[in-house]
Amino acid sequence: MKMSKFFAWLAIAVGVTYFFVPLLGTFEFSLRMRRGEYSLDAYGSVFSDIQFQQTFGFSILMALFTIAFGMLLVVPTAYWVRLRLPQMRPFVEFVTLMPLVIPAIVIVFGYLRLYNSSSYIPFTGSVLGTNILLVMSYITLSLPYMYRSVDTAMRTIDVRTLTEAAEILGAKWPTILFKCIFPNVMSGVLSGAFITFAIVIGEFTMAALLNRPAFGPYLQLVGANKAYEPSALAIIAFAITWLSMGLIQLVSRFGKLTQSRP
Amino acid sequence: MPFLALANIKKSFGQTQVVHDFNMSIEKGEFISFLGPSGCGKTTVLRMIAGFEPPSAGTIHIDGKDQTRLKPNQRNIGMVFQAYALFPNMTVFDNVAFGLKVAGQPKAEIEKRVKEMLKLIHLEHLADRYPYQMSGGQQQRVALARALAPKPQVLLLDEPLSALDAKIRVSLREEIRMIQRQLGITTVFVTHDQEEALSISDRIVVMNAGRADQIGSPSDIYNRPATRFVASFVGTLNIIEATVIDPANGSVMIGDQSVTLRESIADKSGGEKLSLALRPEAGSLAESAKGDTALTGKVVSANFLGSVVRTRINVGGNIISFDMFNSPDLVMPAPDEIVTLRFSAGDLLIIRD
Ligand SMILES: Nc1ncnc2c1ncn2[C@@H]1O[C@H](COP(=O)(O)OP(=O)(O)O)[C@@H](O)[C@H]1O
Ligand SMILES: [Mg+2]
Repeated sequence: MKMSKFFAWLAIAVGVTYFFVPLLGTFEFSLRMRRGEYSLDAYGSVFSDIQFQQTFGFSILMALFTIAFGMLLVVPTAYWVRLRLPQMRPFVEFVTLMPLVIPAIVIVFGYLRLYNSSSYIPFTGSVLGTNILLVMSYITLSLPYMYRSVDTAMRTIDVRTLTEAAEILGAKWPTILFKCIFPNVMSGVLSGAFITFAIVIGEFTMAALLNRPAFGPYLQLVGANKAYEPSALAIIAFAITWLSMGLIQLVSRFGKLTQSRP
Repeated sequence: MPFLALANIKKSFGQTQVVHDFNMSIEKGEFISFLGPSGCGKTTVLRMIAGFEPPSAGTIHIDGKDQTRLKPNQRNIGMVFQAYALFPNMTVFDNVAFGLKVAGQPKAEIEKRVKEMLKLIHLEHLADRYPYQMSGGQQQRVALARALAPKPQVLLLDEPLSALDAKIRVSLREEIRMIQRQLGITTVFVTHDQEEALSISDRIVVMNAGRADQIGSPSDIYNRPATRFVASFVGTLNIIEATVIDPANGSVMIGDQSVTLRESIADKSGGEKLSLALRPEAGSLAESAKGDTALTGKVVSANFLGSVVRTRINVGGNIISFDMFNSPDLVMPAPDEIVTLRFSAGDLLIIRD
């Protein structure tokens, strides 16, 4: 009994060390830009870099589009599968999990073959087209997370009965979807949104190969060329991810609070 | 002409037929219960009336208009579900207002109607609550108000009380019946609880394996069950096995005792088996009791149930339950005591299978 407790704590200690030491090291290093004392100079330098502002802004925009269009795809799909096609669930889940198995680089090369400027659908022929393609590839990347979180939220409400209750009261399907279903899976939509945000902000492969000025390639560029700033950027990226995760916790707890009693 | 008419309704899911040739005519303002055990097809029939399931055959008319092919949102029907199915993201007010908003009614009218409905269910003070802040009974009342707000032609309730506590179940069923009478709305109420059906219905449809076994008033159903199924499912009727002796004068044997039936059994032949029903409250054990018929048997058990004492008597292999009202000077029969149950021959009903 005592022994097993000791080993449990040991395991936790090892895990925490493994996780936090590099982080602390990076943080400490990011503070040492000014010789002989700790300062936030590296952060100042990062934030005042016009390229940081541009790429970060671009990535945030891409993330917002990804979330908006991804959810427009995922929520009705998950709803429809739950309501009318329960036998299709395993298939849909398999499809949504594909992006976890297929490396991003494979996906993006596939895109480039399919949509290059001499193809029938030349997305990469223009800046707007490439941006659209980037958003679509981000939707693909975040599909597993968005679908899971929305589907989990749908499990907590009785989708079928709510739909029928709305239907018999005279509602047509856009009303049912946007007034009766969507608001009740908001916690799932938000968790999916935050995790998508975290993924898109740091994504490198797609953005780099499609040659878009996103935050991921910028991180890489700075990392290759500067000393202290990359550490500051790493900490900033971490902070964003953690903030997203914290918000997921918050909304899922809020979601539990407002569920109707059986 | 009936207000709601189901004619030759059949329903199959794949290979299995779950509703067989269901016919039902309901008058305007009538309160009808579908009563039957779980899985007998009550919900399926109700869902066909609502339009959630298309019938495999047959027609559904409301007020003379064919509804068979209409979608649920084109039918003007109110429905209350077992699981309440209130919209969790809306307040009580918004839930009740939903059908009116969908119908595009003006705001002032919606507000007036919702207030009226909340008053009807005595929940005006909870208009701003969310469903999760209310008890099951309150939620179900809101669901009722929501269903009634758009003034539907027909109200359907699918076991609306079975998720509630026993006490609330009784008070809410009375409230439902009162509101139904007040509005005069044609209502179909589904339940598997015979007491519930008996206590609030104008007429009851007893369903068995996708068929209507008997349609009748509560007292018809209880006192004159048409089939063995109805007899055993509704109430606690005793089923007694008898053998025909003389079809002409109606005499039968129960164990080794002879009894003469009042109902004609002229269509039977001597030696044929027959099932008879006897209500547990029919007759008396007293020596002085009136009654042209008597059965003697051995007491198996006697249980005190509060207002009644239930005695189980073995008569020629048939266990007959017999209830008598409790009174201070009542002598409880003792096990193994030999007693004689006296009753009227008219209390013995012939049961068709
Ligand atoms: N959608 C369906 N698909 C297949 N079988 C069904 C479906 N709905 C109901 N059934 C079957 O039909 C029968 C009657 O069900 P139901 O009408 O729900 O009974 P009840 O409401 O009386 O309990 C049951 O055997 C049930 O399994
Ligand atoms: Mg049912």
